[in-house]
Amino acid sequence: MAEVSLHKLNKRFEAFHAVKDVDLQIRDKEFIVLVGPSGCGKTTTLRMIAGLEAVSDGEIRIDDTVVNEVPPMDRDIAMVFQNYALYPHMSVASNMAFGLKMRKFQKAEINERIKRAAGILGIESLLGRKPRQLSGGQRQRVALGRAIVRDPKVFLFDEPLSNLDAKLRVQMRVELKKLHERLGTTAIYVTHDQVEAMTLGDRVVVMKDGVVQQVGEPLELYNNPANRFVAGFIGSPAMNFADVMLTGNGGQVTAEAPGLRIALPPDLADRGRPHLGRKMTLGIRPENIHVAGPSDEAGYCFDAGVEVVEQLGSEILLDTRVGSALFVASIDPTIRVRPHEKLRLALKPERLHLFDAESEKAL
Amino acid sequence: MIEGALWRRWMFYNIPLILFVFVLLFPFYWMIVTSFRPDGELYRPWNAVNYMPFWTNKPTFEHFRYLFEETDFGRWMVNTMFIAVTSTLISLFCGVLAGYALARLNFPFAGSLGTMIFITYLVPQTLLFIPLAEIIRNFHLGDTPWSLILTYPTFLIPFCTWLMMGYFKAIPKELEECARIDGASRWKAMLYIIIPIAVPGILSSGIIAFTLSWNEFIYALVFLSSPQEKTVAVGVTSELIRGDVFFWGSLMAGALLGSVPVAIVYSFFVEHYVSGLTGSVKG
Repeated sequence: MAEVSLHKLNKRFEAFHAVKDVDLQIRDKEFIVLVGPSGCGKTTTLRMIAGLEAVSDGEIRIDDTVVNEVPPMDRDIAMVFQNYALYPHMSVASNMAFGLKMRKFQKAEINERIKRAAGILGIESLLGRKPRQLSGGQRQRVALGRAIVRDPKVFLFDEPLSNLDAKLRVQMRVELKKLHERLGTTAIYVTHDQVEAMTLGDRVVVMKDGVVQQVGEPLELYNNPANRFVAGFIGSPAMNFADVMLTGNGGQVTAEAPGLRIALPPDLADRGRPHLGRKMTLGIRPENIHVAGPSDEAGYCFDAGVEVVEQLGSEILLDTRVGSALFVASIDPTIRVRPHEKLRLALKPERLHLFDAESEKAL
Repeated sequence: MIEGALWRRWMFYNIPLILFVFVLLFPFYWMIVTSFRPDGELYRPWNAVNYMPFWTNKPTFEHFRYLFEETDFGRWMVNTMFIAVTSTLISLFCGVLAGYALARLNFPFAGSLGTMIFITYLVPQTLLFIPLAEIIRNFHLGDTPWSLILTYPTFLIPFCTWLMMGYFKAIPKELEECARIDGASRWKAMLYIIIPIAVPGILSSGIIAFTLSWNEFIYALVFLSSPQEKTVAVGVTSELIRGDVFFWGSLMAGALLGSVPVAIVYSFFVEHYVSGLTGSVKG
């Protein structure tokens, strides 16, 4: 159990600057998820914490010890790889024992730990098998078991679920969460899947182009994204954006675009007032749009032309055209909608987001 | 396997295969028949009565007896085995370490060093033996097995290095990284994880290196002169061809016995050998 802190961490591969000035305090027992599109530097950051990549600039501390120059074997960490990296020539039990043998544990202690870990993961019956005799899910469990037996200070996960099929991935996600609650070991988890990030992380770090965009609890990222990138990356289906112009009329601030005229609620209007007459980006999540009813105020309603109707059972996703913008709306599955229909939609004003069009920062 | 009509299968699969096998095996058959044929039959003109080139009714061990009693054939076998095994072990040791280094360690000029090692493999032996002869003479190694044990690695090490480099590159890097996180030093990760996985590759390059040095001719011909120091390939051809007289029976018997160890080595490791060349590592 340990705290990990990154201070002005940088990684350069010759001309390519992969990780830029990453600052991060990871608390003891925390499950932190690094998420971002491929090439955003999340895996490189993880590999630097593991000691597999040299640090170009900055500092990594594990429990107040600077580990920049400490070889991986002495950092007391365990890592689970995307392709599991099980040793193909060893049985499951030997795979799990390897790290303990290297650290010169007694045989009895090794067996005891393997038994306990195998019990937690439900792989007791597989201990004598070779990795090639296991299914993907079983290999994943063995890889986890190999990390657990070590009882390390920190777990590192490098996209451990992305080689599994969709159903198994959901199942293993739940198990990982339970496992973390049970063991309480600090965990750093890398993924490109925002659903994994939201469900697993105590806190989530969103990265893009080697720069940390925002760090926060999942709902904080969802409700108050720091910029347009985070807003678009977190949440599925993604947030709708429209280029708008802010116009003021007395106390009222309105966001206008062709086919769209939305009155901003008071607090957002206050924040938008200094930007009157400038181009801004308006954001609204699909789940905050619904078919307009009599109780909806006219200022929050707009007309939309339905282009595609996606029936998901629990909801209907409408791809609609609003002026020049495309909006996705998630609506009640009981409503009958056909393509090419005209529809009046309404949005929840308190859920509106406004971003500076140039800096893309949230207001 | 070719799908489709029967004639198609024969035309494009069976007949070519039979032809290929025939062409491949006929020299061996010829070798075996000749080595058991009495001299009286061997030197009979082709138009003599009862001429049977492909069979003999009076098989004899005379040529084998001659080989072992009148020549140093036993010594040649021992010499060849000793030289081939030792030079193979030296080359494997160097090749595995060099291949690992070139595949895994990011040191400056690793790529160009790999290419340079490959280029040395391309220098023909028929040219290289000239400077090597000078070196062998200066070190007073001529006419000893060490003249070959130390020169065969000049072409075996580049060969083993390249084969092993390819094999090591095919082993996922994560295995080694995982071992290093698990508490192994780079050296231990190589010893306990990478080398055991690379065993098929090591065996294949070992087999090929063994075969190359077993069959090597030109260095053995140049560096060894006394009859009891010779290898099978050189001994058989230099002692059993005298001027323009070919002792065909004993020559073929020597060739037959000389190819037995290689055949045994191949058949023993054939499974590893195939998986080594196809480079399959299942994680």
